[in-house]
Amino acid sequence: MQIALSVKDISKKYGDFTAVNNVSFDVEDGKFFSILGPSGCGKTTLLRIIAGFLQPTTGTVEIDGKNMLGVEANKRPVNLVFQNLALFPMMNVYDNIAFGLRRRGEKGKSVEQKVNSMLGRVGLSDYGLKRISQLSGGQKQRIAIARCLVLEPSALLLDEPLGALDAKLREHMKVELKKLQVKVGTTFVYITHDQSEAMVMSDYVAVMNAGHFEQVDTPQNLYSNPSSAFVAQFVGKNNKFIVKQRKDENGNFFAETKEGHSLKLNKPVDLKGDNSIELYVRPEAMIINPKGTKENFNIMDVTVEALLFDGGNSRLLVVPENSKQELIISLPQNRQFDYIKAKDKIKIGWDPEAAVCFKKTEGKIYEEL
Amino acid sequence: MKNSKKSKIRWSFIIFFIPVFLWLFLLIVLPHFELLRMSFLGRSGFTFKNYTAFFTEPIYWLTFVRTAMYSILVTFIVLIIALPIAFFITKVVNLKIQGVLLVFLLVPFWVSELIRVYGWMILLRESGVLNHFLVGLGLFKQPIEMLYNDITMIMGLVYTSMLFMIVPIIGVMESLDDSLIEAAYDLGAKKIAIWREIIIPYSMPGIMSGSIIVFMLVLGSYLTPKLMGGKNSLWFTEQIYNQIITYFNWNQGAAFGFMLLILSSIIIWIALKLTKQEFRKVIK
Repeated sequence: MQIALSVKDISKKYGDFTAVNNVSFDVEDGKFFSILGPSGCGKTTLLRIIAGFLQPTTGTVEIDGKNMLGVEANKRPVNLVFQNLALFPMMNVYDNIAFGLRRRGEKGKSVEQKVNSMLGRVGLSDYGLKRISQLSGGQKQRIAIARCLVLEPSALLLDEPLGALDAKLREHMKVELKKLQVKVGTTFVYITHDQSEAMVMSDYVAVMNAGHFEQVDTPQNLYSNPSSAFVAQFVGKNNKFIVKQRKDENGNFFAETKEGHSLKLNKPVDLKGDNSIELYVRPEAMIINPKGTKENFNIMDVTVEALLFDGGNSRLLVVPENSKQELIISLPQNRQFDYIKAKDKIKIGWDPEAAVCFKKTEGKIYEEL
Repeated sequence: MKNSKKSKIRWSFIIFFIPVFLWLFLLIVLPHFELLRMSFLGRSGFTFKNYTAFFTEPIYWLTFVRTAMYSILVTFIVLIIALPIAFFITKVVNLKIQGVLLVFLLVPFWVSELIRVYGWMILLRESGVLNHFLVGLGLFKQPIEMLYNDITMIMGLVYTSMLFMIVPIIGVMESLDDSLIEAAYDLGAKKIAIWREIIIPYSMPGIMSGSIIVFMLVLGSYLTPKLMGGKNSLWFTEQIYNQIITYFNWNQGAAFGFMLLILSSIIIWIALKLTKQEFRKVIK
């Protein structure tokens, strides 16, 4: 596979503050690559460095194997879809899309043909003469992408373009955008703070935190094998236990909670000094009232605090006995658990294989959104 | 209940409207009707003679053409200087400096036009400050008269009307989203193309309202051309002044006044048509 975009050891410092800290990654041609991180993690800075609006303090950006050092934004073969889309309000849709082609000196028939075929591709064939103010949010979105794609860039950079849309339309545009990317086959580099956007659309996701990449992986791997506590917390929901890692007389590792429960551990952490670890279990990995024989399971007695009904995404809020920590458990809507009411005492269990552990980190690693 | 509320609103409207109405009617509409009546009067009653004189005497219409041409020229010069200044103030500097620069722009307008023109005269006249320096530095052998020619007059007019162009353009440019400029740059536009395709079209309402104000101000200005212009740089307002004050021919002066109003309105209408702007948007 050919590499469309290669970022090597990029750092960006503003005085003492390091916005981007030694980031490297490659994006293969035709892939959908997302950079996912909380606001203020430096992802927009990184994108603007790739687009050419900012110069990195150190490191290089290569596009199609060519070093982009010193190449201005208007000469780079990448285009940026802005967060607020930045469509030109004084031009109609046609002129917006033709803008880049005309700047290249293309004229007449070739511009007309390219613009019309692009409008067809985004499904807005008859919209050429409309003014920008006459378009809906989703249509503006597609025009902003069309305006860049018509230039056939090596990579299309997208700066949270779905952020301004309402929830329903955002769900719809996620799928649209993925379909469009597959259809045109252009490399997309997409930045977002919304993990669902990143997971649904991407071939690869890089999780960014405080200026550096925590993990670059497929969405599936990010979810099931997070490489750090940050990724485990940021991607998807997770229940966090702070426990002590201990060894029993047979040399097997187990975890002990503050309340004295002992939990089976399958993936012990290599510890130095302190034996405090963080144990993460996904809400859907926890099984309600596990039937009988799975001896290997970790079982806990809990009290149901509340039922959080949200259709297919419904959950139970439970508190283990002798504890104050709240846990979230998926509640499958298959009528099997309709009998559960608030204040009920139930058992929950999970396969130790489904849990991941990390060394305890000091303080909060990121502010809850 | 309903009726009393209705009449209340009407009364408050009338109370607030009366001063505006009196102002407009007594000081503007009524005198204009009187002038209009006068402009059609000759020695022997009703006549078009005052208007035909404008077209038959070359000195009159030539003065007008000269005045209009110079006003258009001044408007263009002001526009060309004002655009980068407005851009610099709104987009380049930070907020604190922006305020300081705006104050700098306003300060000269705290003194009257007359004082400002005299200021220029002190600087530029034969025995003035500038000549003193240039001779002192040895650049000139002897002082030269820099006042009383068209170039100095145009410079004076540009200076006095600059603010009225910059302020409306700043008003529009402030709402120009920076990302539009970045997007244009990202799509391959060079600096000139960004100005031509993005900044100027976006600022067009501000440019047109500034241009109308400056054009009307310059066309109707009297002091600057009179004091800084030479004997040959006659301004059309001076023609009106001469008719009314020197020749005491109010009827002719009134007719010239109306010609000025009509012709300048036509020029503005043509300019709006040429730039495809709507008057309603421009005056907002």
